Amino acid sequence: MSFDAAYFDLGRLDRLSYGETVMHRLDPRAKVIATGLFLVTVVSFPKYDVAGLVPFLLFPVLAAALGDIPIGFILRKVLIVSPFAVFVGIFNPLLDTRTVAVVAGLPVSAGWLSFASILAKFALTVSAALLLVATTSFPGVCHALRRLGCPAIFVSQLLFLYRYLFVLAEEAMRIVRARNLRSFGGRGRGASVFARLVGILLIRTLDRAERIYRAMLSRGFAGDLPTLRNSRAGSGDLAFAAATAILLGVFRFLPVTEGIGRFAQGLWS
Amino acid sequence: MHMADALLSPAVGVTLWAGSAAVGGYASRKLRDRIDDRLIPLMGVLGAFIFAAQMINFTIPGTGSSGHLGGGMILAVLLGPHAAFLTIASVLTVQALFFADGGLLALGCNIWNLGIYPCYLVYPLVYRPLAGEGRRPGRILIASVLSAVIALQLGAFSVVLETVLSGRSELPFGAFVLLMQPIHLAIGLVEGFVTAGIIGYVASARPEILESVAAARPVSAGVPLAKVLTVFALLTLFTGGALSWFASTHPDGLEWAIERVTGRGELPEAEQGVAAALKGFQEKTAFLPDYGFKPAEGESTAPEAAAPAWPGVAAGTSASGVTGAVIVLALVGLIGLGVRFAGRRDSDSTP
Repeated sequence: MSFDAAYFDLGRLDRLSYGETVMHRLDPRAKVIATGLFLVTVVSFPKYDVAGLVPFLLFPVLAAALGDIPIGFILRKVLIVSPFAVFVGIFNPLLDTRTVAVVAGLPVSAGWLSFASILAKFALTVSAALLLVATTSFPGVCHALRRLGCPAIFVSQLLFLYRYLFVLAEEAMRIVRARNLRSFGGRGRGASVFARLVGILLIRTLDRAERIYRAMLSRGFAGDLPTLRNSRAGSGDLAFAAATAILLGVFRFLPVTEGIGRFAQGLWS
Repeated sequence: MHMADALLSPAVGVTLWAGSAAVGGYASRKLRDRIDDRLIPLMGVLGAFIFAAQMINFTIPGTGSSGHLGGGMILAVLLGPHAAFLTIASVLTVQALFFADGGLLALGCNIWNLGIYPCYLVYPLVYRPLAGEGRRPGRILIASVLSAVIALQLGAFSVVLETVLSGRSELPFGAFVLLMQPIHLAIGLVEGFVTAGIIGYVASARPEILESVAAARPVSAGVPLAKVLTVFALLTLFTGGALSWFASTHPDGLEWAIERVTGRGELPEAEQGVAAALKGFQEKTAFLPDYGFKPAEGESTAPEAAAPAWPGVAAGTSASGVTGAVIVLALVGLIGLGVRFAGRRDSDSTP
């Protein structure tokens, strides 16, 4: 992914969180807790279980539909980060060749099953994280974390990082453009020029930190970042969290997919 | 080398989350006790700096591929262990949320692998003694390269351990180690040279800036050496013991050992649990109770003979699993489209 694309993608995910839908209006804490439960449930499936994971797709699909988040955008981001999981998982079919099932005359090895399970878990967990940000906004997640007991200094660190991420990304973008204009045929793209460029970026960053600090002092900063936003979890938020938990439990402990499959085959024959 | 949720078991994921959260709490407490206000914006902006720097690529000499900065060591050098740890943790959190690098459950592992080693082990034990207080380029170079290599080797080794202990991947321990360690040796070397280049450049261009940053650190930013040494000795003993034990066993024995260690032996049990639940469900919902065993009676005996230790997955179950999966996928798609369509119509009709 090119630099500009990375930058605009970042901004796009941020802009999606400005939406005003049912999903966006839920209390951030409810969404953070629901996402956490979802992740642990998905990951807790045994190694060879694929069918049981399929119903969980309902959660990201519903969240994206209700939150009016473009599915293609989320899918593209999932694909971009998939190489590590694919790289590690692809060894399963090669190393675990026991045949466990015959589907339509083709033998299926245990390795393919566990690989498919890894891929399914990967898509589910990654899209859950992306959808949490896209429907909650990063500051929303941070304030939820603060009220769920995360140390104040870490939360203000996250908020600061987020605030200056876009500023410094633009700074870096200018540096990259300037270098590209001057590096015909790849000259000047080596490590030594890179170290100097990043060194300059670091100096500018440190100077900026000093200016920010002075500006904050002059506005009465005393070591804490208080928030004026005081969201209160309503009954709707509780209902959302409870419904998520119950549905997760049903999908985890009852063989939903097999049941539906058996039902359909029963109708067929 | 971000760990991914999909490769983790809940036990490993939650354990490392707990470990990283504990260290995060410790670092926060240390910083709260004696913090210079200046450090708060400094940490935040430096976290953003790591992102910005990662967006600039460079060509790795001799390979033609491009690399970018990891940045853990630079933060440790500039901010000292506690502040650097929190900054790295925040960078990884943003990466997990925005770039979906790794995942939220794997965040605990990633903070552990990429934060704790450079900040609490390598910086006090390798970088500080080697680089000293002076700004001599040679010492900075040696210290940075060694630190980056050691930190990345420890991190990569932890990725291997976490993956193998989770038991989701089939990769045997030895092969995975042989894959990961050399790659990260190369990455570590590049990272070390680049880190030295950046620190060296700043030290020569604006020496006072590093001093003013150092002044903003907590007064005793250093971790008490005795404490670190004790922890390190224990870790070495543990890993050394585990390693020699692994090395002395036959590969098959190794797999057996990992199964024993991680309780992957529980897996069949879990599947029996699912299978049992499934059986009960089947008894309640069966329209044609014996249908499940109809397809491919002759074929299914052969694989079952080949894999005698395969509980819970009979050919019939997998057939209904596939059918069910297709139907569930279609249903989920329909629900999604339906909600979206309803939403569109609402928003079209309201204005």
